[in-house]
Amino acid sequence: MTLRELMDAGLFQVVNEGADPERTVDCVFCCDLLSVAMGKAPAGCAWVTVMANLNTLAVASLTDAACVVLASGAALDETAAERARQQGITVLATDQPIFEAALMIHHRIHG
Amino acid sequence: MDDSLVLEYDVPGDDFTRAGEASSATKATLKRLGLPADIIRRVSIVMYEGEINMVIHADGGKATVTVSPDAVTMVLKDTGPGIPDVDKAMQAGWSTASGAARDLGFGAGMGLPNMKKWSDRMTIDTAVGVGTTVTAVIDL
Ligand SMILES: Nc1ncnc2c1ncn2[C@@H]1O[C@H](COP(=O)(O)OP(=O)(O)OP(=O)(O)O)[C@@H](O)[C@H]1O
Ligand SMILES: [Mg+2]
Repeated sequence: MTLRELMDAGLFQVVNEGADPERTVDCVFCCDLLSVAMGKAPAGCAWVTVMANLNTLAVASLTDAACVVLASGAALDETAAERARQQGITVLATDQPIFEAALMIHHRIHG
Repeated sequence: MDDSLVLEYDVPGDDFTRAGEASSATKATLKRLGLPADIIRRVSIVMYEGEINMVIHADGGKATVTVSPDAVTMVLKDTGPGIPDVDKAMQAGWSTASGAARDLGFGAGMGLPNMKKWSDRMTIDTAVGVGTTVTAVIDL
């Protein structure tokens, strides 16, 4: 599944479309501790977290995550949203908790 | 010197809005140099953890990255409080991160263990009240 398909599925609010909507989403990864995510997030993952700040974006970009999915109503402030636009990072959001958000993506990937 | 490329960054203390800049800039440079993706990922992890540690524990410092034909060497040097017990600091899960840092998602106590795991060699040179220098090497 591509990011475009995930965004078009209407499951998530699109906070920032990002630079590469045709990129494939390979898997889902859930974690709120940044250094754990830094060490473990697979490249190409949809990273589901409630941690919504500039550091989340830095970790997403350095681990080469396909997108950030903010769960449980977590939201970027204006500075962070601007950074996501500058860096072309795809950011989605939902009021659903982490598990439900991750499961929706998992089902999309695995049909 | 030979064909080494040296990148130097000032890492400001306690400025979370800029935290990660040195790592991002390094990543972009290594990409331009055409280094393999797994090397870039490992350098990114090591740099980021070292950079953030200087921000949240040491009021900033200096990062120097040397790219030579056979290795990427990262030196993260600060004049912060130093680490009283390095063995403890290296333990997964051990952290003295402040409440403010934890609120941002730091403080898992996984930064130094990550740096060790993803580098080929790492040394910590530290003295209480003087500062800390972490040197990490990733072979090419
Ligand atoms: N540059 C430094 N100066 C002073 N103390 C440090 C420095 N780097 C690490 N430490 C000490 O070592 C501990 C462990 O560091 P480590 O990076 O593993 O975890 P953390 O920074 O607390 O949390 P995390 O990296 O998981 O967000 C820190 O909590 C801190 O006490
Ligand atoms: Mg750390």
